[in-house]
Amino acid sequence: MIDNNRYESLRAIIKIYLPEDVKASDINEDSHFINELNINSAHLVDIVLDVEDAFDIRLENEDMDQMQTVKDALQIIDSKVSAK
Amino acid sequence: MTKKELLQKLPYKKPFLFVDEITAIDENGAKGTFLFNEDLDFYKGHFAEKAVTPGVILTECCAQIGLVCLGIYLLNDADIIAHGGIQIGLSSSQMDFYEPVFPNEKVLVVSEKVYFRFNKLKCKVKMYNANEELVCKGVISGMLKMNENG
Repeated sequence: MIDNNRYESLRAIIKIYLPEDVKASDINEDSHFINELNINSAHLVDIVLDVEDAFDIRLENEDMDQMQTVKDALQIIDSKVSAK
Repeated sequence: MTKKELLQKLPYKKPFLFVDEITAIDENGAKGTFLFNEDLDFYKGHFAEKAVTPGVILTECCAQIGLVCLGIYLLNDADIIAHGGIQIGLSSSQMDFYEPVFPNEKVLVVSEKVYFRFNKLKCKVKMYNANEELVCKGVISGMLKMNENG
């Protein structure tokens, strides 16, 4: 069960950092940031920082390590937001 | 870590070392100088008629002093040794240029940390010439991480 508002906010952030050969429509819950969306490690940090601002949360190194797919990111956001 | 030890940890060698001295460093930024000696190889071709320091080299100088020196300072010294060094990669640079730098000019680079999180260091950098005129300024980011063979 995913929160659609959060999913759309996350997609909007990811979209900014997609390389030219990946379309926004290619983003789905199971997309792997590095292997499928071709996002490099520097841009993955940008996504995390934007996510922190958008949801008013703070991610730690372990969260970054776990954040492989869009679904992983949503789970981390959910747990951080509910722990606030 | 002293400023001298920091210089020894830099992974660059001539002819691609663009740091002579670190004059100030703390967790928020770095200051350092470099003298662009007229013997540097690229002056033979940039330009053929009149030697001027290439913008990419000024950017590199800003990155080495402002970003890499600061990054090495911020990383844990013991960790770097345990991992047998660090890997460095430029991830983005946005620079504006105002004054040319000619052979035998000494420049001062001043950097200010924007953030250092998840191995990514982002800095604002400024370069000044000996007349304290702004040569260039911009924002540079790079990834700094420990070697895998630790």
